[in-house]
Amino acid sequence: MNYILKQKINNRMEMNFEAFSENEALARIAVASFVMSLNPTLEELADIKTAVSEAVTNAIIHGYEEGEGIIFLRCRLRGDLLEVEIEDKGKGIGDIEKAMEPLFTTKPDKDRSGMGFSFMEAFMDDLEVNSIPGMGTIVKMKKKLGTQSWLEL
Amino acid sequence: MNEEQFKVIEDYLCVKMPKEVDHHNAGGLSEKVDEFIYGQKINNIVFDFSGTEFMDSSGIGILAGRYKKLQCFEGKVYVINANRQIKRILLLSGIQKYVVIMKDE
Ligand SMILES: Nc1ncnc2c1ncn2[C@@H]1O[C@H](COP(=O)(O)OP(=O)(O)OP(=O)(O)O)[C@@H](O)[C@H]1O
Ligand SMILES: [Mg+2]
Repeated sequence: MNYILKQKINNRMEMNFEAFSENEALARIAVASFVMSLNPTLEELADIKTAVSEAVTNAIIHGYEEGEGIIFLRCRLRGDLLEVEIEDKGKGIGDIEKAMEPLFTTKPDKDRSGMGFSFMEAFMDDLEVNSIPGMGTIVKMKKKLGTQSWLEL
Repeated sequence: MNEEQFKVIEDYLCVKMPKEVDHHNAGGLSEKVDEFIYGQKINNIVFDFSGTEFMDSSGIGILAGRYKKLQCFEGKVYVINANRQIKRILLLSGIQKYVVIMKDE
C-alpha cells in the first residue's frame, strides 16, 4: 500500500467582482477549485459551494439590493482549514442576531425563505458576521477539510 | 429545452428544474409557475430535480412560495428525483412538513 502525506500548505486567493447574479456561480466554483488540492469529498465541496452561494447571494440581494456594487471574496488555506470571507459595502445589517435566526427574512415578497445563514452555519464549522448599517457586511466562514491527514492511494 | 420545462397533465404542472437552482438561474421561474397556477387552473405542482446538480436557499424559496399559492386550492407540491445533497438541504430547511419529497424507486 502506498501512502502520501497530505501537504500542509498555506495558500490564499482573493478576488472581487460585480454584484451580478451570474457571479454567484463564479464565486462558488472559484472557492471549490481553491480547495481541490486537499482532495475534498463531494459532500465537502457541495457544502462549501452552498455556503459561498448563500453569502454572495445575500450581498447581491440584501447588501446591494440588486443594484451596483463590488463583492470581495477572500480565501485562505492553513493546512486543512479553509477560511472564506465575503464582503459587501452595501446596506449592512442592523440586528445581526435577528437576521441569523432561521426563517427570518426581510424579503419574503421576493421568495426568500430566511434559510441562508442557517445553511452557512450547518454546512461550515464556523460562521461569524460583522456588519455596520450603511457601511457593509463581512461574513467569515471556516471549515476543516478531510479529517484524516493520511490519504490511501 | 424551454418547451419541455413545463408540462401540464390535468390539474398537475410538472416543472423541470434547472441544472443549478440559485438566485441567478431560478430568477423568473416562480413567476412562470404562478402564471400556470392562475392561468391554467393548476392545483398540484411536481418539481423534477433529475437534472439539478446544485441548489441553495433560492430553491427553498421557490417551493415554499408555490406551496403558499396552492394553499387556497388545497393543492400539493411534490419534489421528485432530488439527489443526496438536495435532499439534505430540503430536510434541513424543514420544508418536508409542507412539501411531499418522493423517495426514489
Ligand atoms: N449582506 C447582507 N447585507 C444586508 N443584509 C443582509 C445581508 N445578508 C443577510 N442580510 C439580512 O439577513 C436576513 C437573513 O438572511 P438569510 O440569508 O438567512 O435569509 P434570506 O436571504 O432573507 O432568505 P434565503 O437566504 O433563504 O433566500 C436577510 O433577509 C437580510 O435582511
Ligand atoms: Mg439569503
